Amino acid sequence: MSKKRPVNLDIGTIHLPVTAYVSILHRVSGVVLFGAVGLFLWILDSSLSSEESFNSIKVFMSTLTVQIIIWLSLAALIYHLVAGLRHLVMDYGYGETLSGGILGAKLVLVLSVILMLMAGFWLWI
Amino acid sequence: MINDVKQFNRNGLLEWITQRVTSVVITVYVFFVTYYLLAHPDISYNEWRDLNSLFLMKTLNILTITSIAVHSIIGLWGVITDYITVRLLGPKAKLLNVFFQLGIIIITLIYFLWAITIVWSI
Repeated sequence: MSKKRPVNLDIGTIHLPVTAYVSILHRVSGVVLFGAVGLFLWILDSSLSSEESFNSIKVFMSTLTVQIIIWLSLAALIYHLVAGLRHLVMDYGYGETLSGGILGAKLVLVLSVILMLMAGFWLWI
Repeated sequence: MINDVKQFNRNGLLEWITQRVTSVVITVYVFFVTYYLLAHPDISYNEWRDLNSLFLMKTLNILTITSIAVHSIIGLWGVITDYITVRLLGPKAKLLNVFFQLGIIIITLIYFLWAITIVWSI
């Protein structure tokens, strides 16, 4: 065998298609969500244990820093959910071609950005 | 397609279908709670507590908690086995891999028990 043949693909030098970014973001958002579960549970716990703690969590959630953290968590949830729905659609055989995959990936990005903006409106306006 | 029952868990098929089923449960929960909170802006403590004391809601809560626990363990197992490998990190990856897997299982168990006590005590 020729010794000149390329033996290692350096992924860092390869231009990734949009489908790859959508896939990586699905993983990143999943890992982020694992941490966000702790935050959501803490809010759920405080909101349900008593009326006083319900009111204090409301006050706590009205500060900007906390709202930004919550929005980031919701953004991860929205993205992970939308990208996950694409998986379910693809399981039924839709969007499995090259062009279909690219279109689906772009739809995931557009739809999740719209929903993230809507979540922001919900939180702040 | 796998037709042999003996092969059912030799290829990740069980994990694959579990990941799908749990994702649908979590999606139902997210859609419902989002709808409820949008329909009840400035929700009061009593409304929120009454909703979560309903038998149906308790069932959905517990199904969702269980689904999140199972979904995270399978999902993070996938991430760990892809990135914490001997090829990427060297020989120490073997121990790190076990350490991370155990860590995720322990955190998930804590989440699970915490969540069950929250929704059960309503």
